[in-house]
Amino acid sequence: MTIVTHSRTAKRGTYTPSAALVKDVLAGRAIAIARMISRAEEGYPEAAEALAELYKHGGNAHIVGITGVPGAGKSTLVSALIKAYAAEGRKVGVIAVDPSSPYSGGAILGDRVRMSETAAAGGAFVRSMATRGHLGGLTRATLQAVDVLDAAGYSPIIIETVGVGQDEVEVVTAAHTVVVLSAPGLGDDIQAIKAGILEIADIHAVSKCDKPEASATVSALQGMLSLGGGSGSHWTSPVLPVSAVSGERIAELKDAIGAHWAHLHDTGELAARQRAICKTRILGTARHLFQQKFQQESATLETHIRAVTERRMDPSVAARALLGWEEIR
Amino acid sequence: MTETNLGDAATAEAPETIRVLVAKLGLDGHDRGAKVVARILRDAGMEVIYTGLYKTPKDVVHAAIQEDVDVIGVSLLSGSHVPLFRELCRCLREEGAEHVLVVAGGVIPEQDYAALLESGVDAIVPQEARSDLIVTTIEGLIAARGRI
Repeated sequence: MTIVTHSRTAKRGTYTPSAALVKDVLAGRAIAIARMISRAEEGYPEAAEALAELYKHGGNAHIVGITGVPGAGKSTLVSALIKAYAAEGRKVGVIAVDPSSPYSGGAILGDRVRMSETAAAGGAFVRSMATRGHLGGLTRATLQAVDVLDAAGYSPIIIETVGVGQDEVEVVTAAHTVVVLSAPGLGDDIQAIKAGILEIADIHAVSKCDKPEASATVSALQGMLSLGGGSGSHWTSPVLPVSAVSGERIAELKDAIGAHWAHLHDTGELAARQRAICKTRILGTARHLFQQKFQQESATLETHIRAVTERRMDPSVAARALLGWEEIR
Repeated sequence: MTETNLGDAATAEAPETIRVLVAKLGLDGHDRGAKVVARILRDAGMEVIYTGLYKTPKDVVHAAIQEDVDVIGVSLLSGSHVPLFRELCRCLREEGAEHVLVVAGGVIPEQDYAALLESGVDAIVPQEARSDLIVTTIEGLIAARGRI
């Protein structure tokens, strides 16, 4: 037996120009917001102008990055935070990133499993995104999606990165406040003094604090922080044990996120953060455009690949030639 | 009602990345099949958002809109497919999201096919459907609908 389809009334869609969606995004209409995010993801040239227009309306949202190892409990924590913010009547936006398959390009985006009921209840906007081959825990379109939610009046906007390892610190250049979530029982205290992800936290959260191992993780992190160093900010990163399941100390975490936002405003550190975010975005997009351009000009690229394979050219000369910087040698 | 393979219709009109919401509706705790289908679609290059168990039609429509999916695929083994799909399709119309295609799977007796198609379901996938046919059917439905 085969699949049965309804051919008589087959659905037909009409393409709404992006310019026509802008008004609906600003009015907070979910369908328009979701569609704009898709177009940013797909990189439709037609959507560029509308996204530029929406960017002008943004700049109000507090962007919060939540990162940590796979299985630390990021989605569950975000779900608990949505509930806490919704209780205050705030419109929370969430971008939850999961990995794409390196083979098929497909993805299974499962963050919503732990979020959908809270999202439905609280008026939050939750969007799942696949990395589409981008390393670093975020995708190129993540921040464009943030722009769209920002223009639609969502704040805070929580970016939940893919489960990261030790060195994917890109989120620090995308968010105003970075929460690093550590799970108890994942290593000894030498893990806590390593460089990388633990250094970027504005707030440390330790998940599953109902477990006995959690207190050891908390003291290891506190020990690491007591040695000082880091970014040179006057902010002292708190270490907060939380349990998203029981809801224990979620309100405290929410308050710490709010306190960090206030700190950025009061000390003028906000301007420096904004500048860093803009710089990363410009450079990141430029890198992406270069890559795209070279892929389109595949014949030139192919010639250089052959030359490098046959060792007539080295990779760095080939890269310069590709950029049109042929002055050397 | 026709029995067809729409696979050949897939054209450049379709979106580059197909997004599918795989959902479980109502009091039905068996999601092995839904997860297998999610995996098949992933391996065909689609982005699959899984909702988890025990969702209401309203939850599913809400998620489908925020995720801007092309297709909602619902697996139902509980026997209450007729009222649940009717409600799902009604919610889609109510929210102005009729462009989202609805594919029904699971245990669905043939005598209920007409009622499901009548309520707005776009395709019914029987348990024994081959995986490549599930993929080409979805691609075909989206190609016929066009870009939105």
